[in-house]
Amino acid sequence: MRSVLAPRISLVIYLCMLMLPVYWLINLSLRTNTDIMAGMALWPHHPTLDKYRAIFADPTWVHAFGVSLSYVAINTVISVTVALPAAYAFNRYRFVGDKHLFFWLFTNLMAPSAVFALPFFNLFYAVGLFDTVWAVALAHCLFNVPLAVWILEGFVGGVPREIDETAAIDGYSFPRFFIRLFLPLIANGIGVTAFFCFMFSWVEQLLATTLTSSNALPFAAVMTRSYSASGMDWSLLAAAGVLTMVPGAVVIWFVRNHIAKGFALGRV
Amino acid sequence: MMDKPTNNRAWFFVLPVLVLVLFSSIVPVMTVVNYSLQDSMGVNNFFWNGDSWFRDLLNPDTEIGARFADALLRTIAFSFTALAVEVPLGIAIALCLPRRGWSVGISLVIMALPMLIPWNVVGTMWQIFARQDIGLFGAALTGIGLPYNVTQGSVSAWVTIVVIDVWHWTPLVILLSYAGLRAIPDAFYQAARIDGASRWAVFVNIELPKLQKVLVIAVLLRFMQTFMIYTEPVVVTGGGPGSATTFLSIDLVKIAIGQVDVGSAAAMSLVYYIIILTACWIFFTVMTQIDRRGDR
Repeated sequence: MRSVLAPRISLVIYLCMLMLPVYWLINLSLRTNTDIMAGMALWPHHPTLDKYRAIFADPTWVHAFGVSLSYVAINTVISVTVALPAAYAFNRYRFVGDKHLFFWLFTNLMAPSAVFALPFFNLFYAVGLFDTVWAVALAHCLFNVPLAVWILEGFVGGVPREIDETAAIDGYSFPRFFIRLFLPLIANGIGVTAFFCFMFSWVEQLLATTLTSSNALPFAAVMTRSYSASGMDWSLLAAAGVLTMVPGAVVIWFVRNHIAKGFALGRV
Repeated sequence: MMDKPTNNRAWFFVLPVLVLVLFSSIVPVMTVVNYSLQDSMGVNNFFWNGDSWFRDLLNPDTEIGARFADALLRTIAFSFTALAVEVPLGIAIALCLPRRGWSVGISLVIMALPMLIPWNVVGTMWQIFARQDIGLFGAALTGIGLPYNVTQGSVSAWVTIVVIDVWHWTPLVILLSYAGLRAIPDAFYQAARIDGASRWAVFVNIELPKLQKVLVIAVLLRFMQTFMIYTEPVVVTGGGPGSATTFLSIDLVKIAIGQVDVGSAAAMSLVYYIIILTACWIFFTVMTQIDRRGDR
C-alpha cells in the first residue's frame, strides 16, 4: 500500500506547487488594487470581474489579442504546410546532403532570438513588413519550421513503408496518395506539430515585440507597456496575465493524449 | 534504416523549407557577420575593421572582454544549476505518474500549462509572486525570517531566476521522461518482479537505460533554452542587482540596443552562436549514435 501512496502524494504536492503562482495571479486579478495593497489574502474576499470587463471594453487590448492569435495562426499554417513534404523526404529517401541539411535545420531550432532581433528588424524594415503580423509570423518560422520538420519526421517514421509501395502498385499518383492516404495516417502527428508551433509562437516575445510597434503589437507586449504607463495597476496586470493563459489551456486540452509523444519529438 | 532509396528529386520536397529558413536565417546571420567586421562613423558610413572586435572580445583584459567572460561564466553556471535540479526532479516526478488511468490526462494538462504562458507573462507573474508585500513567495520567505529581496540581494535574485526556470521547464523533462517510461513493455516489470528486484534495481537496470534517448533530448533542449534565457530575468530582475543576473543574451541586447555598440554586439553574437552550434553538434552526434545503436 505504501508503495502506491507515496508517489501519489508527491505528485499531488508537486502539482499544487506548480499551480500556486498561477492561482496567485488569478487571486490578484479578482481583487481591486486598494484591496491588494491593504494586505495579504489567500483568496479574494470580495471577488470582482471589473478588470476583465475593462480589458474587453478597451479596443487596444482586444485588437492586440487578435494580433497575437493571427500571427500564431499564420505561422502554424505555414510551418506545418512546408514541413510536411520535407519530413516525408527526410524519412523516406536518401539524397545528396540530407544529413547536413537536417543538422543545419536543427541548429536553427536553437538559434538565440537575442542574436536575431536586430538583423530581423533591419530585414523586415527593408522589405516593408515591419509592424505587420506577417513579420512576426515569418520570423517565428526560423525555429518553428525546423521544429515541425523534426516532429513530423518522427511521426512519418511510424507509418510502415509498405503502405507507400502498396499505394503505388494500386495506381495512386504521388500527390493523390500523399493527400488522400498518407496525411490521414499521420493526422495525430499533424495535430501535435500544430500544437507545438502554436506554443512556441505564442510564448515567444522578444522577436514579436522587436518587429512591431503599434499596429501589430502582441497582447503580452501591450501588457508590459501598460504597467509602465499607468503606474502599478497590479490587478489589471494580473487579469491580462490570466487571459494570456486561456488560448494555451484550450489548445492543450485537444492534444492531451498525444502530448507526451509530441514532447519526445515523435521519437519514442 | 540502411535500405532507404536514394532519390535526389527529394530535394524538391525540401525546397519550400529551405527557401523559408534561408530567408529567415542566412540573411540575418550575414548582416551580423557584416557588422562584426566593420566599424561605423555615423549612419551608413562603414569601413573595414578586420578582426579587431573579436580580438577585444576574446581578450579578458579589455573592458568588453572581461564583461563577456563574466556573462559567459554566469550563463554556464546558470545552465548547469538549472539542469542539476530539473533533470533529477523531472525523472522523479515522471516515476510518480501512474502508467494509466484518469489522473494521467489531468496531470499532463496541468504540467504543460506553464510552458504555454508567454515568457514575459511568466516574468510578470513571478515579479508579483516574489514581492514581499503582495506576493505569496516573497512574503512566505520573509515570514520565515530569510533575508529575501529580489531587487536588492544578488543571491535572492539568482535563486529566484533558478526557481522560475525550474517551475517553468521541469514539466518538459517530466513529459519527456514519462513518454520514455510508457514505452517500456509491462513484461520487463513482470520479469523484474519474478526475479525479486528492488525498486532501485528496477530503476537502474530497466528504466534508466530505456530513458537514455529521451534524456539526451531533454538535456539538449534544457541546456539550449537556459543558455539563451532572456525574457524572464529581464522582466523580473532586469539583469540586476548590479550585473548578478546579466546573462549572455541580456548583455548582448544591452550592448547592441542600449549602447548602440553594434560591432562588439555582432562579434559577441557570432561567438555566442558558435558556442551554441558546437554544443548542438555534440548533442546531435550523441543522439544519432544512440539512434543507431537502437536500430541494431
